[in-house]
Amino acid sequence: MTTPSTPPKKPWSWRSQAFRGLIYQVVTVVLIVLVVLYLANNTNTNMKARGIQSGFDFMMGGAGFDIGESLFPYDSADPYWKAFLVGFVNTLRVAVVGIVLTTILGTIIGVGRFSRNALVRGLCLCYVEFFRNIPILLQLLMWYLMFTEVLPESAAPLTLGPLFLSKGGLNFPIPIWSGGYTLGAWGLLAGIVAAVFYRRYAHASFERTGVPKSTILTPIGIAIGLGLLGWLLGGAPTDMNRPVQGEFAIENGGALTPEYMSVLLGLTVYTASFVAEVVRGGIQSVALGQSEAASALGLARGQTMRLVMLPQALRVIIPPLTNQYLNLTKNSSLAVAIGYPDVVSIANTAINQTGRAVECIAVIMLVYLSTSLFTSVMMNWYNNRSAIQER
Amino acid sequence: MTATTFEPIAARSAPVKTQGLVAWARLNLFGSVSTTIGTVLIGAALALIIPKLLGWGLINAVFAKDYEACHAASGACWGVVSEKFRIIIFGRYPFEEQWRALIATVVLLGLLIASCMRVCWRPWLGAAWVLVLALYFTLMFGGVIGLSRVETDRWGGLPLTILLASVSMALAFPISLVIALGRRSKLPAIRSVCAIYVELIRGVPLISVLFMASFMFPLLMPQGFTIDVLVRVLAGITFFAAAYMAEVIRGGLQAVPKGQVEAAATLGLSYWQTQRKIVLPQALAMVIPGIMNNFISTFKDTSLVTIVSLYELTGAMSLALNSDANWRPFKIEGYLFIAMIYFVFCFSMSRYSNWIEKQVNKSKLR
Amino acid sequence: MKLIRLKTAMVLVAATGALAAAPAFAGKTVDAIKARGQVICGVNTGLAGFSAADSNGKWTGMDVDVCRAVAAAVLSDPEKVKYVPLNAQQRFTALQSGEVDILARNTTFTLTRDASLGLSQTAVTYYDGQGFLVTTKSKIKSAKQLKGQTVCVQSGTTTEKNLTDYSKAAGLNIKPVVFEKLEAAEGAYFSGRCVAYTTDASGLASTRNKVAKNPADHVILPDLISKEPLGPMVRRGDDDWTAIVKWTIYGLLESEEYGVTAANADDQKANSKDPVVGRLLGSTEDIGKLLGLDKEWLYRAIKATGNYGEIFERNVGPKSALQLPRGLNNQWNKGGIQYAPPLR
Repeated sequence: MTTPSTPPKKPWSWRSQAFRGLIYQVVTVVLIVLVVLYLANNTNTNMKARGIQSGFDFMMGGAGFDIGESLFPYDSADPYWKAFLVGFVNTLRVAVVGIVLTTILGTIIGVGRFSRNALVRGLCLCYVEFFRNIPILLQLLMWYLMFTEVLPESAAPLTLGPLFLSKGGLNFPIPIWSGGYTLGAWGLLAGIVAAVFYRRYAHASFERTGVPKSTILTPIGIAIGLGLLGWLLGGAPTDMNRPVQGEFAIENGGALTPEYMSVLLGLTVYTASFVAEVVRGGIQSVALGQSEAASALGLARGQTMRLVMLPQALRVIIPPLTNQYLNLTKNSSLAVAIGYPDVVSIANTAINQTGRAVECIAVIMLVYLSTSLFTSVMMNWYNNRSAIQER
Repeated sequence: MTATTFEPIAARSAPVKTQGLVAWARLNLFGSVSTTIGTVLIGAALALIIPKLLGWGLINAVFAKDYEACHAASGACWGVVSEKFRIIIFGRYPFEEQWRALIATVVLLGLLIASCMRVCWRPWLGAAWVLVLALYFTLMFGGVIGLSRVETDRWGGLPLTILLASVSMALAFPISLVIALGRRSKLPAIRSVCAIYVELIRGVPLISVLFMASFMFPLLMPQGFTIDVLVRVLAGITFFAAAYMAEVIRGGLQAVPKGQVEAAATLGLSYWQTQRKIVLPQALAMVIPGIMNNFISTFKDTSLVTIVSLYELTGAMSLALNSDANWRPFKIEGYLFIAMIYFVFCFSMSRYSNWIEKQVNKSKLR
Repeated sequence: MKLIRLKTAMVLVAATGALAAAPAFAGKTVDAIKARGQVICGVNTGLAGFSAADSNGKWTGMDVDVCRAVAAAVLSDPEKVKYVPLNAQQRFTALQSGEVDILARNTTFTLTRDASLGLSQTAVTYYDGQGFLVTTKSKIKSAKQLKGQTVCVQSGTTTEKNLTDYSKAAGLNIKPVVFEKLEAAEGAYFSGRCVAYTTDASGLASTRNKVAKNPADHVILPDLISKEPLGPMVRRGDDDWTAIVKWTIYGLLESEEYGVTAANADDQKANSKDPVVGRLLGSTEDIGKLLGLDKEWLYRAIKATGNYGEIFERNVGPKSALQLPRGLNNQWNKGGIQYAPPLR
């Protein structure tokens, strides 16, 4: 029996694809490095020639400016990095709440496009076409204009119990934080974890025995119950920081400013029109036979949508949905035009006060890049989890 | 023989019509209990809102350029549009020279519409683009043939919006082609460079790219070398649009079956020949809807250049109303007017994109 | 074929390397202006009284007049100016990068701007202060009553910092609502979002008289919470250009002091016996050559824009739309603090 012989090695050729590929890559990398070096050299020379200082040391210096709204206490003597942090938290406030709201609204409208009622279908179509075709900046400006024109004067607000609605925003009582509230928060956290475990147990038990167990109300009850328990154990504190009618405006209490509300609502409504289209595309991608089979089995339309269509549509929906979430986060940077102090607005002020344009813009880009990366990673994880297990 | 009379049986009722307005309404508006309830509720809500809107917008509205009447009226003041029309549409372009901007815009729009029609997809389209762009810049900039010079920071309004959108897309297209092909290349260095570029640009908002272009560009250039602000903004938008288009084109490239490339290799075609003759025609035909989507987004994103002080449509409107105390209260009407302009443009583009998608997918219809 | 491509690539690499090694050259602004035949002047996007363009594109204002005077002095023609509107964010980088020759944009002289931005200050054209605009309906009489209230302010200006400093010093805990654009800040105040609007007092007057629907409904509070000396800025390190701008402004001030106006400049040039006037107008001594200009440099500037008093009257004075009193901006011998060093 002849042993299989190894094929003869091809002699090295200067004209082989491998070598040419190597040369192209080396040339590209060298060109890019040279361009970067040239630009960096120019920047350095220019900055030295004009006596502009550079470096991130300004971050430790006092900021010297106040910020209109922030989630945690901030004073103008705090360093610049704290101001940037406040801006970052403000951006997250809009982004996280916006993503949740836009998913809900977008899904409702996307599913509404398949309604049996022609009026509902028509309204959803009008909504999508109207909000998709107008630039987001224009929509934000219009929302802000509406809020500041339509809301009542600060000196004569609308009162709904402990709430005040005026041009200064929606003022509500916030709890004065103490031990009892902290325990309540821990209880809520423990309750959410317990609820997740309970849902798993409920699903497994249903698979095993076929006896359905409540998977929505009971977990919610567990979460709230543990939270209440923690609050009670902490002494059941009820001190609230209530808003009061001041001489010109409402004082004290927490506030949802018109800037925040217009950014949130503008972004939500705009992105929801895109999410609706994504959801519609996803549902359309599921084979028609699936919904036919589901109705053959006797499932109602709502059950079909929830149990058969949406889970399969998720595969197609998630990548473009990730894109829309990223767009929402990035579009929140437009808040600078209507006075909401997000990270771009803070960086703007910092650039003007310190002149360090390069550093501040680098910080902005870093913030958005990391947020985008984080969102992509989370959505990728969810995508992999909801992927249909194929062969 | 007895005669039998013919007793016809009772006539059956006519079959239920399945065509026509009543049948459609019965099926779509009153098909089931929940549908009926929905129709009643929505119908009631619409009956309340629509007459009020019509009253505000049309019946009680003032169309004349009379701000006293506008202040007195309870309806919309469309007089602000007729009064400030020229500034809103043309921005700060000199009043006497606005005919030049008008002609230039109309010609460019004509070219864009022609590029969308299949009959015009001929070799002379490229030459037409070059010619029309040259004509556009000559008309707008002036300085020759007896036309007075108009600096680029005076350009504004609708001509600027259309210019930024079309030129940046036209320039971004070849860049995005190269990057999409580079991202699918087998050479790791080129692949990573393209991937880094796309992910970097897609991860940051357009505002930061525009800020970078207006703040940092001057620092990056050697001393004494200044670039026009319009060119800087155009560069920023072009690189931004190129990253998004590269992803769209990459999706199309991925959808071309691998067998095509293999067959081209067996025929002895080189890499660039394969791309040019086999892969790109198929890939680009598939992604035209995606590219149109990109164009619509870029068109809307041009509204952001207001933040770097170029007065395109949105900025021109703020400019028109802010300096005039008489007309300032009627900002809502102004905003609605330019919202309608954007809507008309974007809606027609999305209808066009739908039509193209249907044309390309004709083979897949059942 | 492939070798050609390789060679092209090598050439490109070499060219880029050569570019990278090219030294950056330092240009002198005056030479550049004379070569270009135009002064590029960075101005405001639209602040009535200081630099604003009407709908035909004609620029007027105090800062615009300074640019015209400088252009008349250096290039003999006040119309040889290109006006570049800059917002608060772009103004310093535009000057630093060489995009504009002079920044005449109602900019306050501060230590930070002088020391760390690579820019240099010339002369003060307007002594201003920051104030508050409130509605008459609110019955606010003093800034101290703004405790815990919202105040609309534009971002990126000394205004923001001054507001913070004042709020801290007086313990007022003022909540700023910061807008990127001036129009947005004004709009928010007029729609009632904020209780007060703050900027330089001259800007408040401009806003009240030109933008408010009914100026009588608004009142400028008497408290001035900061010093805002406004004047043009130039790039650091270009002493010749700095001197020309500075002494043009001082020349216009001294012309008012000695009674030279645009109308009587010709007459004074021919007939005046005062040696100071003779120096100013170039009829006796030539002080222009010390600046690198000819002897009629200031004469041309005065003919183009009038002296400082005429510039003030025309743009922001009691007879203009802003109706601002001379106040601090009057001559030193008339109760103000404008004191031009002698041009000799």
